[in-house]
Amino acid sequence: MKKSLSLIAALSAAVYLGPLAPLAQAAENQDPIKLTLHDWTGQLLTTKIMGEVLKEGGYNVEYVQADYIAQFAGLKTGDLHVAMEIWETTGREAMDEAVATGSVENLGETGMLAVEEWWYPSYMKEVCPGLPDWKALNDCAEEFATPETAPKGRYLGAPVTWGGFDDERVEALEMDFEVIHAGTDAALFAELQSAYQRKAPIVLWVYAPHWAPFKFDGEWVEFPEYSKECYQDPSAGINPDLAYDCGKPRGPIWKVSWSGVKDKWPGAHKAIKAFNVENDEMGAMVTKVDLDGKDLDGVVKEWMDANKDRWNGWISK
Amino acid sequence: MSLASPDSSPAGPNPARVNLTRFNPMGAPLWLGLFVVTWIFSSYGREFSRAIDARWLMKYPSGWRLPLKRDISDAMKWLVEDATFGLFTFKEFTRGIAWLIELPYDFVRSAVIDGFTVGVGSDAAQIAPALSWIAIIAVVVAIGRVAKDWRLAALVGGCFLYLAVFGQWDSAMVTLASVLISVPIGVAGGLLLGIGAYRWPLFDKILRPILDLMQTVPVFAYLVPILFLFGFGPVAALVATIIYAMPPMVRVTTLALRGVPTEIREFGAMVGCTRWQMMWKVLVPSAAPGLMVGVNQVIMLSLNMVIIASMIGAGGLGFEVLSSLRRLDIGAGLEAGIAIVVMAIALDRLSQAFAVRPTPSHEEQVAHDEADLLQKAGLIKRHPWSTTVVAVALVTGLVGLLLPAAQSYPASLTLTTGPFWADLVEFINVNFFDQFEAAKTFMLTYLLLPVKRFLLGIPWPWGIAIVTLAGWKFGGWRLALLAGGLALFIAANGLWDKAMITLYLCGVSVLIASLIGIPLGVLAAENERANRIVSAVIDTLQTLPSFVYLIPVVMLFRVGDFSAMIAVVLYALAPAVRYAAHGIRNIEPQLIEAGIVSGCTRWQLLRKIKLPLALPEILLGLNQTIMLALSMLVITALVGTRDLGQEVYIALTKADSGRGIIAGLSVAAIAIILDRILAASARNARARLGLAE
Repeated sequence: MKKSLSLIAALSAAVYLGPLAPLAQAAENQDPIKLTLHDWTGQLLTTKIMGEVLKEGGYNVEYVQADYIAQFAGLKTGDLHVAMEIWETTGREAMDEAVATGSVENLGETGMLAVEEWWYPSYMKEVCPGLPDWKALNDCAEEFATPETAPKGRYLGAPVTWGGFDDERVEALEMDFEVIHAGTDAALFAELQSAYQRKAPIVLWVYAPHWAPFKFDGEWVEFPEYSKECYQDPSAGINPDLAYDCGKPRGPIWKVSWSGVKDKWPGAHKAIKAFNVENDEMGAMVTKVDLDGKDLDGVVKEWMDANKDRWNGWISK
Repeated sequence: MSLASPDSSPAGPNPARVNLTRFNPMGAPLWLGLFVVTWIFSSYGREFSRAIDARWLMKYPSGWRLPLKRDISDAMKWLVEDATFGLFTFKEFTRGIAWLIELPYDFVRSAVIDGFTVGVGSDAAQIAPALSWIAIIAVVVAIGRVAKDWRLAALVGGCFLYLAVFGQWDSAMVTLASVLISVPIGVAGGLLLGIGAYRWPLFDKILRPILDLMQTVPVFAYLVPILFLFGFGPVAALVATIIYAMPPMVRVTTLALRGVPTEIREFGAMVGCTRWQMMWKVLVPSAAPGLMVGVNQVIMLSLNMVIIASMIGAGGLGFEVLSSLRRLDIGAGLEAGIAIVVMAIALDRLSQAFAVRPTPSHEEQVAHDEADLLQKAGLIKRHPWSTTVVAVALVTGLVGLLLPAAQSYPASLTLTTGPFWADLVEFINVNFFDQFEAAKTFMLTYLLLPVKRFLLGIPWPWGIAIVTLAGWKFGGWRLALLAGGLALFIAANGLWDKAMITLYLCGVSVLIASLIGIPLGVLAAENERANRIVSAVIDTLQTLPSFVYLIPVVMLFRVGDFSAMIAVVLYALAPAVRYAAHGIRNIEPQLIEAGIVSGCTRWQLLRKIKLPLALPEILLGLNQTIMLALSMLVITALVGTRDLGQEVYIALTKADSGRGIIAGLSVAAIAIILDRILAASARNARARLGLAE
């Protein structure tokens, strides 16, 4: 009696679940995977592309607006699941701290390389012929002066929260510049736009992938090349007494997830790990959205159509 | 108002001789002396402290600092991870609240924008579409007509049409959904707390400082704990909005209940009301017009929070503003910002119309009921507005299935003024930058920098002493103790320097805002047409998210204190104007007539009668200006100031609860010290002028 009952149960289960089997194979768990959105276009594109790929793989996807650093609290508890862009240059500290707790997993590089450095518009070359060398920049520091900073040049740095050690760099390289910190990147690029319209002198912190280096014609300042020793060991580099006497590191942009993703959605976990795009590809897409005013979802769809084989490889792995 | 003979004032009983310059006749030499001493300290303090080897005079020693930051962070951690009520943990409790808020929010959101769906994520299937844009406009028009008249209906309909035409519809509906949830919760919560405070004086005493903190601690300071407790997404943003928007409702409720005439209360007692009936059937209805002022405030403050809420996941118009400005699309940012203003106007006018709507008298009600009974079948006649709206919703919903334009406003018909604004800013930037630069340099050299140097030079023990003394002088030993204690709190947490920069930035901004605002207020009080223009401008400035004008200001004035100051002045101008106008309008006409009879010229009338008599109101306005200036600090941190606002902002981006809360409390401490001292001096001024409270 008992046996036949369980047999019936098994049979009926097979009948009911039969049609669902292929779907279940593709997506392990129907709970939505929560991907975080921040407020810069590149990140929105990366995340939406990943989200669309996961949808194609049969997963449920939900986008959640969250703060770049504050999101780690959510990733630790499993409130949030995937963050697609953690920059080596700005998010490393928070990421390492979160990974150390064991509740957050680093899913590797996105393939994009974060560049952050001093940057000037090309017309400054006429005033400062030796550019992009940093010594030449220093020689014409006075050209960059404003009434508040004169006789020193004015360098517009990133928000203090981004780190970057520019105050230390100016001191270590004995540069005649004063570092003024912008509060947000909107303010940063507002100043650049303003100066560019007037062809006025400016040197500031720019990062890529971003639309600014595409919209404005300019170059990165060339500092002595970055090395780990230069940041940590005062004796290394040009200035024997101080650290940070070199340029900024260029580092990968990382993907991270809640560590539970691996068990709950193993296929999605693999797909996110496999995700890979390059700087130029992303830069072109960011330009389409921010400068040409195209619809973000449209640009994502365009990419999806053009790269079918690529993302198919990610989900089938 | 009565004009008693103010013995304490040497000006005598004749109000025409109460003069601004004799504002505090006994105190003037004292304050002058103090200022000179402070000036000396500020200029030579640094050398002096070095000379006697007492660096601690200038810089609060780090060894004496309170470990509060760490303690708060640890307490927060405990609350999130370990705190428990036995059956369930604290976090489960807050998550439960989050779930309760999310239910109606999801429903409203589905109704106005997303549509109703079953299933989750990509499996979701729509079972019913959201209300079409035509239906929603029909709803607001009908509400406008019911609340007042066709003019109001046209106004709110036009406001919502703006949202559709300028392509802001989707974001605006997300924002509307969160306002529709946060406002009722804020109002209900505020009402209950206010009633509690009205009933139990002890509760009132405990609540008061908490309300002060809710209004003065910058929102950024408690965002991180809220995210921890309520999870990521719109609910955390709603909770933050409610905390920020509720305090005025509580205060207004208590005030309105106290203001109910005793006759009404006695009447209630005579007819034998129970306590419950007394509260809900007698007191609350009688206080209703007053209560609506609170509702209005809750709506306005909820819309003020839109930008900050969008930073932690509310989406909507706030997100639209932020992301447009990040790509320097000033026009799009402005349009989204104006959409917030427009929505504020619509909701404000509607709530005010409901506040003054005459309730039908008893006979009318009876007649109405009878008519209803007679026409039981005539559903349409009894509820003309509701039925029309339902019909429009159904028809557009059905048509929308075939014709998308009836469901959502067609994108091809949207307008944008974006290029115009971008060109305008570029034109000003290219042609007038040098003039702006010159004006800025002048202000920096002769006003901002000297004030900054002066304040930063004051040794902290002397600073605390002055604050204490001012407290004692204006409000007695209690105020002295409070002010001194709060100042010590700031120093003890190692934030003295940042607090001084805060004070400098706010002080200069408030000074300029008053210099512009008070004359504008006087003008508005004297001239009806000027009044209309001025009120329109300041209302817009208050509801337009400051981020919208912050970015053009940065383009013209660069990153720095000056840009921050302009933003603060623009935002904090409103109360200076309003209170000054209010003060002048409320002067007893006899006093002005007396002035005219004695042969005053217009100028004398203003200087010798109106301004001195409006002084208490102007001081209250000053108080409010300071409060608004302080609340702008967090926003100005976004253009790179180095004050307490920046400290709060850094803590937010590093998700450091302790650091954020301490910095937030320091801002609150400054606000409370200034508020109490100014309120006390306004009271003194009233007493001296012989005006009733």
